[in-house]
Amino acid sequence: MQDALGGVQTVLVLGGGSDLGLATARRLVDDRATTVVLAGRDPGAMAEGADSLRRAGARRVEVASFDALDRGSHGAFVERCWAEYGDIDLVLVAFGVLGDQDVAEHDADAALAIIDANFTGAVSVLIPLIDRMRAQGHGTVVVLSSVAGERARRSNFVYGSSKAGLDAFCQGMGDALVGTGVRMMIVRPGFVHSKMTEGLDPAPLATTPEAVADAIVEGLAKGREIVWVPAALRGVMSGLRHVPRPVFRRLPV
Amino acid sequence: MLLSGWGGTSPSRAEVRHPFDDADVVAAVRERPHRGVVARGLGRAYGDAAQNSGGLVLDATAMRGVRHLDVERARATVAAGTSLDDLMRWLLPEGFFLVTPGTRSVTVGGAIASDIHGKGHHADGTFGSNVRALTLVDGTGTERHLTPEDTPEEFWATTGGMGLTGVITEAEIDLIPVETSMILADTERASDLDDLMARMDARDDEYRYSVAWIDCLATGRSTGRGILDRGDHARIEDLKPARRANPRAFDPHAVISAPPIFPSGLVNRWTVRAFNELWFRKSPKRSEGHLVDIGWFFHPLDLITGWNRLYGPRGFVQYQFVVPFGQERAVQTAVERLSLAGAPSLLAVLKRFGPANPAPLSFPQPGWTLALDIPVGDPTLPNLLDGLDDLVLDAGGRVYLAKDARVRPEHLAAMYPRLDEWRAVRHRLDPDGTLRSDLARRLGL
Repeated sequence: MQDALGGVQTVLVLGGGSDLGLATARRLVDDRATTVVLAGRDPGAMAEGADSLRRAGARRVEVASFDALDRGSHGAFVERCWAEYGDIDLVLVAFGVLGDQDVAEHDADAALAIIDANFTGAVSVLIPLIDRMRAQGHGTVVVLSSVAGERARRSNFVYGSSKAGLDAFCQGMGDALVGTGVRMMIVRPGFVHSKMTEGLDPAPLATTPEAVADAIVEGLAKGREIVWVPAALRGVMSGLRHVPRPVFRRLPV
Repeated sequence: MLLSGWGGTSPSRAEVRHPFDDADVVAAVRERPHRGVVARGLGRAYGDAAQNSGGLVLDATAMRGVRHLDVERARATVAAGTSLDDLMRWLLPEGFFLVTPGTRSVTVGGAIASDIHGKGHHADGTFGSNVRALTLVDGTGTERHLTPEDTPEEFWATTGGMGLTGVITEAEIDLIPVETSMILADTERASDLDDLMARMDARDDEYRYSVAWIDCLATGRSTGRGILDRGDHARIEDLKPARRANPRAFDPHAVISAPPIFPSGLVNRWTVRAFNELWFRKSPKRSEGHLVDIGWFFHPLDLITGWNRLYGPRGFVQYQFVVPFGQERAVQTAVERLSLAGAPSLLAVLKRFGPANPAPLSFPQPGWTLALDIPVGDPTLPNLLDGLDDLVLDAGGRVYLAKDARVRPEHLAAMYPRLDEWRAVRHRLDPDGTLRSDLARRLGL
């Protein structure tokens, strides 16, 4: 169960191999979480993360195989999770790919691979997962969106459009969930120093997986629907949103 | 329906039904709902005790009324969904009062399941200590008549059992004969916590009712300053002649209703500091023998309908603990930490408990209890309260389940050492685990 201060007991991380997913799970274990399921494409790659959670004090840490692109498997995956772990208090949707913008602009398959991983695959697993949560009458879904979805940028609009779709879907779903006991929290980080962004030039207001994890935990305690990381991005983006396009496309962001 | 406790935190959805009589309760329990069933009264437990996410919740308030009043023995048989407000309105004119907490908006069933206490604990014990018999529909859907003499294990497991042994449908309770509906009260101000506790130690036993209010935001030499209110039922000759013709009149009304428009964050350290300062100063330094209405003395918060809305949509938690006598230092440390943290607690309440009763999960034990409301949202709050839990555990104390919404489950067995004994009796009464609540899920009860 989730407690009054946002503490949760059982956590499922989709994208359990990601730096953001692991940092958040770690933070939740430091608080109260006792059971964590790390789910992702490569269970072997998550073993080390699972160990670190056990060392941090989690009583039960499991690694499960989950592939966002294998949409046919999602329904059964969700059923299996609930059968094996009981009530799940919090699901963190942390999977996603950045892709290569330069390739994706000209290669439809490459563009669709980004969109399938970040948007279509997320919708495919979110629907059965949220149905299961409605039946249990409580729970929180935390979805990692991105500032890139707030306004399309020349430099990464394929990734941005996939996150924009996900973000819009989750906003609507969050409204649909009012009164069901299930909450949806959308997290919009800016540039995060992680495996996904390795080798890229950091954007202004760059942040870390740990800072995102802290913001998620604070957002849970405060019952937030949307969390920006860092918080200053909310103001920055609400300004950037209204910058005329000829100017915006010339900005170094 | 989305249900939450009085603190407004962690809401969950459940199917809610209103049984009208015992047969309805039996039928609902025998259905053995997929995610279980639990009874709910007026929803004044602060946390998740009367929630059952995804399952069935039986709202008992339609089972209401006094079924029998034995004037000779000062005893009443009442339906479990009856509120203490109703009981006082019906019984005070007849010359009877009952054990009451700080609000009249609780049902008899809830009062027993949480084994509630009030300002009179050191003299009268808990609500459960004043129950002579009760009817319980257990987890198999069987009606049982429980008494402390014939079925002590089942009776005391149900008292304070948080509704997890079954659904209470009726109770026979001892009443307190009174001549008037007024309290003859003494009020005094204490300049700091040591002073306050010394005053309580010295003279609490001279009063039937006693409670102190503490200013948890006062710092320095005033840390823990407070106001001590004590009293006893007034007799007819204590009343002014004009009031003697109708000495037991009782018809309290809420003065104001808090609308659901307050934002979270309105109750903060600055507003609370200002309120506490006013509250402390408006109280006389010392006033003896003044007459107060029973409603004003026991239930001041009932004057503001929906006062919990002042905390805004995020809600608040109430933290209440007890530590044994001799552990006064723990109370002092707790107040110092709260004061240093600037945790804005509007009405922190300190009381000395009397003897415990035989119920394994009953909260009161001889010692000091401190209760405070804190708004949710400050990111340092979980650590502050976890730290207080450790302090309380080290002192041999515990937190109150009816108010809890966040204690770590692994602390429960240390706080309630007779937990396994209770579990064994609960297993007899509910072998299939049909009775379930969010509190039970969260704490692994």
